[in-house]
Amino acid sequence: MLHRYPKRVAIIMLVLLAIVATFPLWGPTLFGSQSDFILEKLTLMVILALFAMSLDLLVGVIGLVSLGHALFFGLGAYTLALASPEFDAASLWWMLPLVMLVAAVAALVVGLLVIRTKGIFFIMTTLAFGQMLYYLISTAPFAGGTDGVFIMFRPSVTAGESVLLDLDNPQTFFYLCLGMLVAGFLFLRWLTRSYFGQVLDGIHDNEHRMQALGYATGGYKLVAFVISGVLAAVAGMLAAMQYGFANPAQLGWHTSGEVLMMLILGGMGTIFGPILGAFAYEILLYVYEHLTVHWPILMGLTIIAAVLVLPRGIAGLIIAPPGKAELMKSPWLRRLGRNRPPADIPVKPAVPNKEG
Amino acid sequence: MSDEPILATHGLTRRFGGLVAVNNVDFDVTPGEIHAILGPNGAGKSTLINLLSGEISPSEGQVLFHGKPIQGKSVRQIARMGIGRSHQKTNIFPRLNCLQNCELAGRIHMGGVFGSWRSRQRAQKVSERALDVLETCHLAHRAYTPAADMSYGEQRQLQIAMVLATAPSLMLLDEPMAGMGREETVQVTELLESLTDRYTLVLIEHDMDSVFRLADRITVMVDGCVLESGPTDQIRASEKVRDVYLGRHHEEATA
Repeated sequence: MLHRYPKRVAIIMLVLLAIVATFPLWGPTLFGSQSDFILEKLTLMVILALFAMSLDLLVGVIGLVSLGHALFFGLGAYTLALASPEFDAASLWWMLPLVMLVAAVAALVVGLLVIRTKGIFFIMTTLAFGQMLYYLISTAPFAGGTDGVFIMFRPSVTAGESVLLDLDNPQTFFYLCLGMLVAGFLFLRWLTRSYFGQVLDGIHDNEHRMQALGYATGGYKLVAFVISGVLAAVAGMLAAMQYGFANPAQLGWHTSGEVLMMLILGGMGTIFGPILGAFAYEILLYVYEHLTVHWPILMGLTIIAAVLVLPRGIAGLIIAPPGKAELMKSPWLRRLGRNRPPADIPVKPAVPNKEG
Repeated sequence: MSDEPILATHGLTRRFGGLVAVNNVDFDVTPGEIHAILGPNGAGKSTLINLLSGEISPSEGQVLFHGKPIQGKSVRQIARMGIGRSHQKTNIFPRLNCLQNCELAGRIHMGGVFGSWRSRQRAQKVSERALDVLETCHLAHRAYTPAADMSYGEQRQLQIAMVLATAPSLMLLDEPMAGMGREETVQVTELLESLTDRYTLVLIEHDMDSVFRLADRITVMVDGCVLESGPTDQIRASEKVRDVYLGRHHEEATA
């Protein structure tokens, strides 16, 4: 049924998780001195995967396309940067709940206003709120203006006097991010398969009908908006820890657009698709950046090609791999291949039927 | 049937610009009856039912449900008060299976956004009720079939099942047999007949055979006004009604 996928999805995801999670073991032997750099990239991909997944709840599950999701991503980053003491490490035990709380309040306020709109108006209002915060932060002296805020010390995870996790160690930080991604994934899987998730599916398919059944659809959308915003803020906080600063660019519509592209590439509404999308996007970005300075052209063409060939993204390819018959039907592949289908269109009789 | 009407309208009027779609309609439904609304296309039947379910608000007059006006209440509030409706267009959730469709409909009584997380016992009850209404609608064998994979007739039956699952005290059915073949029409007529002793129904339908077989009372509408309203036998014998239906066709044929 809905949000139930073939077994191979779980197998593929678990294999990929195992490959990524064991990177610190096999990375150094395979890549040598490059390994540290790749681990850093992997950490970033994991963080972006969490971000993309959070947006999927809105875009893929409910069908509300937001172009302002970076608002929460950046908010998470700035909350950490501004709340951290300047010459000391903050405690993650405090920072994580604080970031989530700030994001929840912000999402509640923004959500109350934008949730009344639909379609293009939802896109525009979310974009507007995102840009409002962007210009507020990039001109605010307390937030460092366009330079952003540096985080001198990564937050620590301590229990009493002893350090539980040394997040300055790139490997430990990598595993923290990976753990957050897995936790976020399990949470969203549970959520979309719960009764609450079924209502969201119903809203996606036919909001009017849900109201006629007696559902307060606005409330459901608002709760989903808040959950989505909170998860995005956690991703933003991790990104700020990774980079060591919070920057206005993390708030801008560019970031919102990029994460949407990850969703499209990965497959919307599947929760696991955006994870694949984030990794695919970042790998493509890395390759294209090295090929040419005009990499956005290549990226744009790739996204267009992806939409044409894989309308349901990478996830769609895994859920329902196209059979041979379907491949033959594809106008793109047919033109490439030699096996043209026989011209089975009968020649129409020139004289119209005179029976009627 | 002299009890207090469950639903009543007084001077109900709705204008769309210069068009008066529903004109000064007094209409009532008593508990346990099937009240059918008949009328040619454009007579204002659908507008009337939309007024009753609160999907549009009246220009004048009011709708009383259990003696209380529904004016100013949202569609979902009215639905929760116990008015369940089906739409003329098939309006199901195609990606969910039959059982899930009915559970989704029944779960509104679990309360609130977070109600869905609350009680396992109530969820159990909702499932039982959903299976029950599927049984009533002869869809029990389809419980785990995705709605999208069913025939059109079955989808229409599912739509009725979903309304039943909300446990309404009044059901508004907008052309439940629309677009159905002969056999399916008979099937749905039988289904509605089996509901008569437990539910109160307002039925809009074009299929004359079904209407005369099912209805206790019939209101005939023409051009937004009530032409005649009364027990089925009275309408069957009415000269006025015959003139409108036969006269129209006659005019059209000669025009």
